[in-house]
Amino acid sequence: AFFWLLSLLAASLLWAVSVQLSGREDAALLLPGAAAAVLLQELCRFACFRMLRKADEGLAMLSEDGRSPISLRQMAYVSGLSFGIISGVFSIINILVDAAGPGTVGIHGDSPYYFITSAFLTMALVLLHTFWGVIFFDACERRRAGGLGMVVGGHLLVSGLTFLNPWYEATLGPILILTLCTGLWAFGTAGGSFHNVLKCLSCKQEPEGRVMLYSALQVPPEE
Amino acid sequence: MITFMNNSDSEEEPCNERTSLMSAESPPVPSYQDGLQASEAGEVQAHRKRRAGSSRGPNNIAGGEMSGPGVPVRESALENEEEELTLKYGAKHVIMLFVPVTLCMIVVVATIKSVRFYTEKNGQLIYTPFSEDTPSVGQRLLNSVLNTIIMISVIIVMTVFLVLLYKYRCYKFIHGWLILSSLMLLFLFTYIYLGEVLKTYNVAMDYPTLFLVIWNFGAVGMICIHWKGPLQLQQAYLIMISALMALVFIKYLPEWSAWVILGAISIYDLMAVLCPKGPLRMLVETAQERNEPIFPALIYSSAMMWTVGMAKPDTAARGPSQQTWNAAEDGREHHRSPSHTDSQMPETRSPVPTRPVTSLEELEEEERGVKLGLGDFIFYSVLVGKAAATASGDWNTTLACFVAILIGLCLTLLLLAVFKKALPALPISITFGLIFYFSTDNLVRPFMDTLAFHQLYI
Repeated sequence: AFFWLLSLLAASLLWAVSVQLSGREDAALLLPGAAAAVLLQELCRFACFRMLRKADEGLAMLSEDGRSPISLRQMAYVSGLSFGIISGVFSIINILVDAAGPGTVGIHGDSPYYFITSAFLTMALVLLHTFWGVIFFDACERRRAGGLGMVVGGHLLVSGLTFLNPWYEATLGPILILTLCTGLWAFGTAGGSFHNVLKCLSCKQEPEGRVMLYSALQVPPEE
Repeated sequence: MITFMNNSDSEEEPCNERTSLMSAESPPVPSYQDGLQASEAGEVQAHRKRRAGSSRGPNNIAGGEMSGPGVPVRESALENEEEELTLKYGAKHVIMLFVPVTLCMIVVVATIKSVRFYTEKNGQLIYTPFSEDTPSVGQRLLNSVLNTIIMISVIIVMTVFLVLLYKYRCYKFIHGWLILSSLMLLFLFTYIYLGEVLKTYNVAMDYPTLFLVIWNFGAVGMICIHWKGPLQLQQAYLIMISALMALVFIKYLPEWSAWVILGAISIYDLMAVLCPKGPLRMLVETAQERNEPIFPALIYSSAMMWTVGMAKPDTAARGPSQQTWNAAEDGREHHRSPSHTDSQMPETRSPVPTRPVTSLEELEEEERGVKLGLGDFIFYSVLVGKAAATASGDWNTTLACFVAILIGLCLTLLLLAVFKKALPALPISITFGLIFYFSTDNLVRPFMDTLAFHQLYI
């Protein structure tokens, strides 16, 4: 979360400076501003990866059996999740506070669905950040530029789609589909598969087998 | 200040000689916050609270490292294991400190946002005599700097006074001071707070009920803080008291003065703990020489030192000697955070320091823990509360400050694990908090507002 905030800070600084310099109305500068923000976020995600990697190595060195207590995958998940949470919260909290107060949505001619679409977009963005975190870390770990490029490209695409915003069919639909696809990709990257899901759902009693081994000395196994 | 408590009893690991070795040599670190100031008046208290910001750094080893002079010879292998243990438990205790700090901040922010009383300007403390209602910016800045100088000098005087009292063993005076200040906090400020909350929600309460509630709250609080009590209740009381104090500060400190004071006090904290002649450092060293813990009031500890009379049947795992050591060690928690707030609340834990524990059963499991001074709590909450009260960007700024403070705390604890001596807890967090507050309020807010206006997401 801290890294995301840093990226946001840098992006805002950039934007504010550019607004001052150009002296123009800010709406036109939002596109490059948003693009810069996305790129800076990905940069900070990379910085986060480097830092966590170092911490991982340090932990592995210090631990008794040479492996760190938290796997890099877990760190990727946590990092993505925290990026998502802070990004989502920053996006939606002021809207929520306003929603708790009096007012009419869209009374000046804007869309009356502002709140609900904001909610969905924020949810999609939180999930996307989580998935991107997993994919990004995995791609960095294995040094595959394809994954990196897809993450950055996906982020830019999502952000760009939101520029079409009052036209909700064009933004919400694709973004939610993109979220689903990215989720499946991240699941696959993290080592999941259809087989795993089935096994999990059917609640196979694998660990119990081990227990029975040890307890075989005392109690005859049921099976 | 943040200090580590060595606990004799790690959850999974068997008792270690390390801890016993460690306890043997390291005297308990007194975590006296400079905040120990007489709390005769609320202002004094407020005053003290500010002082509490300084962290004391006991020299005790946090997390059991045994380095240090006079420690029995340890092999490096032991030291490595110690470090590993330190880091592992250090992480756990970071989390254990996050929760109370977060709770305190939540209480303060919730109160600020809902109760109008704490954002109205109703005068100032005598410690900040210069008003900020001046026509020019330069004059206002000058006034706030003068206010800060006065405040910090009062804090320094109080701290030095406290250290002198401690040096010359006027324990009774200090105890009396602490008790008076916590009395005032627990009764008077709670009464005011409750009154304002009831007013805000338009709830009627008759005087007998009010008397009953306040009396019970205050009496239990005094007992819990100054004597013995369940650890969680004591922690809850300490959090509440810190929140109350922070609210008082937020209300009575003028705008710019508050920010300048926050900056100045983190510098003061840094110097008081790390400079060889700093009052807090002298306090810690004196307490270590005498092998007694610093006054428990004013310090929040994340784990139990030990409680009397609680038998633990599963202490059989540890040998008696270890327990002895552990007990002694527990007594020695070091406080890293000097920020004691004025309300020195003696902790229920009494230092066990010198005499070995006699019976195993009487030892409660001690855990390695970290101690944080109450002044740290107070100043963190002041920063976040001010951000909530005055920022026009509302919640974004508050959240950014909150994250910044937590990250600062994390870094400080990391440094604690590395350096293993008392460290000031304020500077890093407050610096991050201030940077994030000003930048979020001025730079990020327009950006996010414009984005939200067009419903763009980045």
